[in-house]
Amino acid sequence: MTGRSAPTDAARRRTVLVLALLGLGGGLLLWSAATDLLRVPAYVLPSPLAVGRALAAGLAHGPLDPGGFWFHAGVTVAEAAAGFVLGSVSGILAGLALAHWRLLEQLAYPYVVAFQALPKVAVAPLLVIWFGFGLEGKIVITAVMTFFPLMVNMVAGYQSVEPERLELARACNATTAQMLRKIVLPSAMPFIFAGLNVASVLAILGAIVGEFVGAESGLGTLLMQYDQAMQIAPLFAVLILLGAIGYLFNAGIRAIERRVCFWAQRAGAPEAGGL
Amino acid sequence: MSEGAPPLASAATAARAATSHPLAIEAHGLGKRYRSARGADVSALEDVSFGIEDGEFIAVVGPSGCGKSTLLRIVAGLIPATSGAILRSGRPVVRPSAEIGIVFQSPVLLPWRTIRQNVALPLEFRGEAQDERVGSLLAMVGLDAFAERYPHELSGGMQQRAAIARALVSDPALLLMDEPFGALDAMTREQMNLEMLRIWTQRRKTVLFITHSIAESVFLADRILVMTPRPGRLAATITVDLPRPRALSVLNTERAGAYMSRIRTLLQAQGALAG
Repeated sequence: MTGRSAPTDAARRRTVLVLALLGLGGGLLLWSAATDLLRVPAYVLPSPLAVGRALAAGLAHGPLDPGGFWFHAGVTVAEAAAGFVLGSVSGILAGLALAHWRLLEQLAYPYVVAFQALPKVAVAPLLVIWFGFGLEGKIVITAVMTFFPLMVNMVAGYQSVEPERLELARACNATTAQMLRKIVLPSAMPFIFAGLNVASVLAILGAIVGEFVGAESGLGTLLMQYDQAMQIAPLFAVLILLGAIGYLFNAGIRAIERRVCFWAQRAGAPEAGGL
Repeated sequence: MSEGAPPLASAATAARAATSHPLAIEAHGLGKRYRSARGADVSALEDVSFGIEDGEFIAVVGPSGCGKSTLLRIVAGLIPATSGAILRSGRPVVRPSAEIGIVFQSPVLLPWRTIRQNVALPLEFRGEAQDERVGSLLAMVGLDAFAERYPHELSGGMQQRAAIARALVSDPALLLMDEPFGALDAMTREQMNLEMLRIWTQRRKTVLFITHSIAESVFLADRILVMTPRPGRLAATITVDLPRPRALSVLNTERAGAYMSRIRTLLQAQGALAG
């Protein structure tokens, strides 16, 4: 894998960037050729130019204008972020409790597995009935979806704490709260971030699913409207926007992880995405 | 030199009982049984009795799996004995105490804390303010220039020195050390032994030092408790009458050689050493 002359980091990054741009340009050209030369109808696959125009038009509106993308993106991001925080925090707390009290884990385990196996999309309509068509319903759906990766990873993180660290805390007469805060939680941070990585993707999914079930605003509603109106170019534009939001969300989590878990870089930290 | 099953404790205890000055540590017929995963009863420690005077340096030497670490954890109050009694300054040991500092086999430093923060950890757990104690201890173990570094930036020997500083930070009367230099290379280990004697001379702690190195035990200790393989019993107590301060060359003397071959013979008689 290594070249004859080891490239510097900067040179390597430049190569990656150039290759990425070439790949993107090539892909767009292929797409364009497919729509123009093969005469694919615009309601099946619009040309990249049409999608670009739709994207520009959608983004041209102000953030408070329900006719544009910013407004709906804001709603979706707000739902996703609030649900992400709610679900992650409760997932971490539940994982701590399950891992700390073995009896609780034994009692709750069957329910946890059963509920985890259940497609969360299936309970979305119920949650909308309970929590309404407003923001609350979407936040709860997102929270339910992000809860599990955090709970599962928190349990795994707790169980992977080196026993010597716990013994050290006991030898210093640490209270349970001190032990959890100063030993267990920091030790489990790489696991928690693995969970947050997964949850950051699920959060967008949760918000969109909630909007599909019933909503007045949000990118999910836009998708439904464009779909019904067979306006495929703006539909593609919204999908691109969703992809960008998901990417930025995840990149933000990773940036925080690099700061918080700086000490775990060389140690075998669990890979993100393992669920 | 004294030798025999319950060597010192009963005599010493009887003598001390009359006075108002109790021994630093008294062990009376200590035993520890475990229930193994298969449900079998495993005896790790059987009928171990000894006494330690204030300020004494005691080494415990024996083969792996002879219950040395179990003994240390009972003295530390980390696990209860299943039979017998353990007294510290005349009072039964029921839980860990700030009067006891422990150094484990591995340094057990928290990778997200600097060396200074690691050394101060016991103070944090006990709700005491960080003060000049941390700085002066770091200077004593020669780590003052590394106070703001993280553990992974330090060598194994330096990490273990930080662990020693941490064990001393509450100014305990008793220092328990569980094969603290076992993972270090031979050169570093000799260096750490010298360091250990220097620290002990400066701070005059009572030390219970567990090792499987015969040379290390002779070099460091006032008295050596020789243990048998599983279940761990006391084979003999050997008083090391070598002048202090000791240099590494003391191990080349005839007297030191006699102690070492005597311990080796004892361990061989127990089937603990091959050849």
